[in-house]
Amino acid sequence: MELHDITTFFSFSNHSLNVVILGTVLLGITTAVVGCFSFLQKRALIGDAISHSILPGVCVGFMISGSKNPIYLISFSVLSGLLSVYFMDFIKRKSKLKNDTALAVTLTFFFGVGLMLLSVIQNSGNAAQSGVDQFLFGQAAAMLESDLIIYGTVCLITLIIVIIFFKAFSLVSFDVNFGKSIGLPVRLYQFLLTTITVIAVAVGIQTVGVVLMAAMLITPASGARFWTNNMKKMVLISGVFGGLSGVFGAFISFILPNMPTGPWVIVCLSALTTISILFAPSRGILYGVKTKKSWNDKLNRENILKAFYHIGEPDQDFEKSLSMNDVIFKRYFTSKQLTRGLKQLKKENKLTGINGKWTLTLSGLKEGKRLAKIHRLWEIYLTKYLNIAADHVHDDAESIEHVITPELEKELEKMLGYPEMDPHEKEIPYE
Amino acid sequence: MGKPIVEVHDLTVSYDKKPVLWDIDFELPTGQLIGIIGPNGAGKSTLLKTIMGLVEPNSGFVKTWGEKIESCKKRVAYVPQRESVDWDFPASVLDIAVMGRYPHKGIFARINNNDKDKAFESLKKVRMHDFSNRQISQLSGGQQQRTFLARALTQDADLYLMDEPFAGVDITTEKEIISLLKELVSKGKTIVVVHHDLQTVNDYFDHILMINTALVAEGPTSEVFNETNLKDTYQGKVSFLNTIGDVIKEQEFPVRKG
Repeated sequence: MELHDITTFFSFSNHSLNVVILGTVLLGITTAVVGCFSFLQKRALIGDAISHSILPGVCVGFMISGSKNPIYLISFSVLSGLLSVYFMDFIKRKSKLKNDTALAVTLTFFFGVGLMLLSVIQNSGNAAQSGVDQFLFGQAAAMLESDLIIYGTVCLITLIIVIIFFKAFSLVSFDVNFGKSIGLPVRLYQFLLTTITVIAVAVGIQTVGVVLMAAMLITPASGARFWTNNMKKMVLISGVFGGLSGVFGAFISFILPNMPTGPWVIVCLSALTTISILFAPSRGILYGVKTKKSWNDKLNRENILKAFYHIGEPDQDFEKSLSMNDVIFKRYFTSKQLTRGLKQLKKENKLTGINGKWTLTLSGLKEGKRLAKIHRLWEIYLTKYLNIAADHVHDDAESIEHVITPELEKELEKMLGYPEMDPHEKEIPYE
Repeated sequence: MGKPIVEVHDLTVSYDKKPVLWDIDFELPTGQLIGIIGPNGAGKSTLLKTIMGLVEPNSGFVKTWGEKIESCKKRVAYVPQRESVDWDFPASVLDIAVMGRYPHKGIFARINNNDKDKAFESLKKVRMHDFSNRQISQLSGGQQQRTFLARALTQDADLYLMDEPFAGVDITTEKEIISLLKELVSKGKTIVVVHHDLQTVNDYFDHILMINTALVAEGPTSEVFNETNLKDTYQGKVSFLNTIGDVIKEQEFPVRKG
């Protein structure tokens, strides 16, 4: 790889390269956008079935036109793809076979026919036939400007249809019966959605080929779902993923010798989705880990403050300076826990620490007092309202005291009528 | 008296080749809270779907206000079973409630603030307004049900068809929903509810349909909700029809058409 190649790529000065970039980006966006609906309809494998079923269409298109004329290829691909979808539907309706079986049977049957036709073409001696087998693995780098105009137009029309029918497609993906009940032509919408899915697949296999096509449709949508709970945003993010991966695939195959575009597009898509699964806010895996950790820290800090409060409570002297051992004597902490908690509390100005001796600040005292109060109020609530024995309520209160918000705290006080003593005859400290 | 709000005539419907409704005939009164009761698999939901035009009957017909349902869809709101959709869809509570505006505006028109206000009003009525921005996958069963109700309220219909609105809903929510339904009825709306808790039938409904494949009884609750009819619905001789239905399915006997 040379710096020169990189600058050439991003200066977009190489015309035939620009054709490839524009092509992969457009195809990536279109399949990613359409794929959102397949994903939400739980038809993740439909892309795989359609792409394999398109092969006989490609072959017939070639046989009739005698060349790789994209208009013929796309038309027959779409025809063959639609046929496969209705074949699947027919099997499901008329036999007792389940969805996955219908899909597997259809996919293999159509693909088998496709491979058969492919070998007929290859043995025909037609000079134009070289490259027809590239439909298996994609041929983005071989894209000509004349191809781009046709594929680009198809992509743009598809995207416009998605924009116009956005609410209709969302509705049939969420609740078909409701759509029917308000008199919408849901069958028509479903047909349209299926058709543009087939079209997206038919143009998409230009980039990645039959085998990897399912990923173009479903991978960006599944990644995008992690970032948002809004349908429009999801489709937008998915489209961005598809487009970015297109640029990336074109880039790698340009700067590295003999590197295929399609597989790199998929690698990039998969990377984006992996990042989404791991790092997305609120849905991502790491977010869960982080939330758990921050709760653990909070629990630890509050338990330390409560220990300080309990130590000072008997003689109402809350200005004592305590060593770590004094605290551990009152309530067990591992020294790692305690060190971490003390450090955080000092930062929050709840404690002051000088020479290994720790003292509550005013706000620390207030917080400790509040926790002791909630703990005791909760114990009363459990014994009084839920008839739980007084010796069984402590553990529950130990956890509940950490989640009660100031609003709930006020409600609890009011409901219990500001009692003075908890079930263990301990005084409840109010402000 | 004008045309009955719902007229079902000689209706036979099959599901997966098995007849689940058999020669059903009835007319429903306007402005009442009407319950459809019967055992599991008695065809309650199918009846509701057939009235709504979601299922094609083998024979007979349904009319609403004396006309085909297709021409009255704006006046009818359907609340499907809560489990019939995937709640992990990327949508908020308000997004769902606002769908109730589709029959009035068509699906291509832009959703504006007026539509959102109307949806929000409906959410208020089912006490879901505090959750309007909540992602629907985070809702409890009762909240999901109330969201669906809000969508139906936004439709502002005259006839409401509800499929098991109390399934998987806690008792407080159930009481809230029923008082809301009673309020709608007092404003002249007609509500048909698929229900399976016999304990509450007397309290909830003015009028009931008792079905088990065939129609066992239909009329004001005080008149038809009695021991004899209950026995007939839940154990009696009608369940023989079910057995025949199974035979029909097994033998692939053609159920009459047209």
